[in-house]
Amino acid sequence: MTRYSFHGGLALAGHKAESTGRGLQACPMPPLLHVPLLQHAGTPARACVAAGDAVAAGQRIGIAQGELSADVHAPCAGRVRAVERRALARFPGLDAEHVVIETSAALSLHALPAMDWQASDPAALRERIRDAGVVGLGGAGFPTAGKLSVARALLVLNGAECEPWIACDDALLREHADDVVNGGRLLARVVGAGRVLLAIEDKMPEALAAARAAVAGSGGGIEVVAVPTRYPAGGERQLIQVLTGREVPRGGLPRDIGVIVQNVATARAAWRAVAVGEALATRVVTVTGRGVARPGNFVVPLGTSVAHLVQQAGGYTEHAARLLLGGPMMGQALPHDEFAIGKQDNCVLVLSADECTDREPEMPCIRCGDCASACPAQLLPQQLLWHLRADEPARAQDQGLFDCIECGCCDLVCPSHIPLTQPFRQAKVEIGLRAAETRRALAARDRHEQRQQRLQRESVERAERQQARQAGGAEAAASALERARATRPPGHDTDPSP
Amino acid sequence: MKTFAVASAPHLPARRSVRSVMGLVLAALVPGVLAHAWFFGPGIAIQIALATAFALGFEAAMLRLRGKPLRPFLTDLSAPLTAVLFALSVPPLAPWWVSAIGMASAIVLAKHLYGGLGQNLFNPAMVGVAVVLLCFPREFTQWLPPTGLQEDAVIPGLAASLRAVLTGELPAPWRWDMLAQATPLDTVRTLGQQGATLAEIRGNPLFGDFGGRGWEWVANFFALGGVFLLWKKLIPWQVPVAMLGTVVVVTLPFWLSDPDLHPFPLQHVFSGALVLGAFFIATDPVSGCTTPRGRLLFGVGVALLTLAIRRWGAFPDGVAFAVLLMNCAAPWLDRYSRPRILGEGREP
Repeated sequence: MTRYSFHGGLALAGHKAESTGRGLQACPMPPLLHVPLLQHAGTPARACVAAGDAVAAGQRIGIAQGELSADVHAPCAGRVRAVERRALARFPGLDAEHVVIETSAALSLHALPAMDWQASDPAALRERIRDAGVVGLGGAGFPTAGKLSVARALLVLNGAECEPWIACDDALLREHADDVVNGGRLLARVVGAGRVLLAIEDKMPEALAAARAAVAGSGGGIEVVAVPTRYPAGGERQLIQVLTGREVPRGGLPRDIGVIVQNVATARAAWRAVAVGEALATRVVTVTGRGVARPGNFVVPLGTSVAHLVQQAGGYTEHAARLLLGGPMMGQALPHDEFAIGKQDNCVLVLSADECTDREPEMPCIRCGDCASACPAQLLPQQLLWHLRADEPARAQDQGLFDCIECGCCDLVCPSHIPLTQPFRQAKVEIGLRAAETRRALAARDRHEQRQQRLQRESVERAERQQARQAGGAEAAASALERARATRPPGHDTDPSP
Repeated sequence: MKTFAVASAPHLPARRSVRSVMGLVLAALVPGVLAHAWFFGPGIAIQIALATAFALGFEAAMLRLRGKPLRPFLTDLSAPLTAVLFALSVPPLAPWWVSAIGMASAIVLAKHLYGGLGQNLFNPAMVGVAVVLLCFPREFTQWLPPTGLQEDAVIPGLAASLRAVLTGELPAPWRWDMLAQATPLDTVRTLGQQGATLAEIRGNPLFGDFGGRGWEWVANFFALGGVFLLWKKLIPWQVPVAMLGTVVVVTLPFWLSDPDLHPFPLQHVFSGALVLGAFFIATDPVSGCTTPRGRLLFGVGVALLTLAIRRWGAFPDGVAFAVLLMNCAAPWLDRYSRPRILGEGREP
């Protein structure tokens, strides 16, 4: 199969072997789980349990609010201690409701009935995936059922783990390639895709072999493709470009060219939801870096704290300097380790000081253009920064600010050590907030104008009614007046007041 | 609970620094400089030392005046690079004050008055060259003939060169009037104006295989350094390819039509500062273009202007002026050559 290339990107040291050597390990259930009700892109779920309730493993504890939301399930049997607001790891400064569960060893399980995926209606399969709370496990956390509602020709299973250190998909594929492959067939049936590609990086030979064996052993129908290991090959748009040579339209979505991309772990979660009736309540997380003693890949109950997870990896080493949720390129630095792991969190990375500190001071831009050469979105990052610093957000938007995928490549190649991705990220948020404010203001103005129009209309109608009454009823009024005068005692039509 | 310091992604340090970029460009100039010294004597070392000292002095003074930190900017190697590029354009025995005036123009005027590193509209080294060339044309054209050209006169050694640069005293048997108008490009121009054919002109021992004797070898070594920079991805390929390609493509039909009147394309390439310019001067990122297509156009423009100045201008070589003129056009070229954003124009 022809593989195409994408613009820019970087060859980065993988550091996958550090964690993949120990296989997939189970993370022991912690005594307390803090299950966030926002573990997906969109609106938080609403708690449907209260303090004191007993819950079974797999029981729904949060109900999706609208289409862009997802159900949340209990990973373990136990008792709800509280429903409380806690800080979110992924959004510094924001908090969301968490269901705090005191876990128990009881084996009470709440499973959905298993379905026959080949006999079931695609709509029913989609509903099951929704009921199991399946969201994109690659990191974006987009509710999967919503993505599956549009028919596509090509399904891409994304096993190209492009960021260094992250190896959860590698570990998952090595052990559960059959589930991933079955999930691929299932998802292809739901969206009516005639072609399924399973893309795995060429530096993941064990995963590739496992995937090929799983496909061959179960009737084929899926092409396993080794893609070049080049960051960010696992980015949705870049992966589509590598596999098909086609570009997702600017401002558009893969669905515009008939493609759907699903992470391999999402495919497995969908398969488990249909074939076993299991809700999504655990995920594989890589715990790695020079800052942890025994890096590994763990099957983690959602709501487990980062601290508990790091303990399973042997605890921190003396080198631990920066705690990241995610990879070194796009991960979120955490101020402490009491955050809960959610569906979107694929990696806990603890870097040492000499790996992440930039000793050079920031220098002026020398316009070398290395940032543009490295940009997979084909932007001119230094030009974008120029517009942002000159407070010209409109120009920056014209130049593709919102096409930036925040991969961080430009930062790494900049000889002047200028932070680029961070100002772009911040500008996007600010422009988003400003747009929301403008929308609110416009809505308020519309309401005001509508009210003015209504008032004017009403006053015109009132005037018309009055006129009609005066014109049509003048005679009747005169006779009525006559009658009234006749019946009234003399002197009564004068003003009675003193 | 363990606490950590936070920072924004990406969490890996940058791979290069301004200092390492400038340092590698300087390293790439070493072969050309050594070849220059081989053919034209140790004067180039004196010019480089002088220009670097003046450049750093002016840099430090301007940084202090502008209230900027000295350490990061004095050690970024950008001023020494400007100095070396200037020194390579100056005759090896040019008087010391040529360097002083050139560096004052380059560092004070072209660099710091425009806002310092990264802000200059014009290539500082070429501003220095242009100022000296316009103000002191005589001093700028007094080149020694390359080694091996005249058996009776040896190239002055280091001490003699130093005395010549500092005091203006030439060691016997050299006299300043022997040095005037000696570059191959000048010879082509003056003899051509006197009606000589190129075959006659090239019979002059000043010429080698393609360009001037000695000159062409220096150019070869600059090209070697340039290839190193291309391999290290420190300069964009578009500028040298467009510049050298344009020179060949434009001069070839003229040469084919009448080889007696028009120089062989490679003679153009290996004469004057064209190779040095293609790899080291027109590739200056700050004053050049940043978009791929803009860089192609920039290279084409520098080549066309250089040829025009060589053919019709009052100066023998036009690389410095061509680069400065294209510097003016660079922001405009950048603006109208923005690359297509991923997915742009792919709407279904």
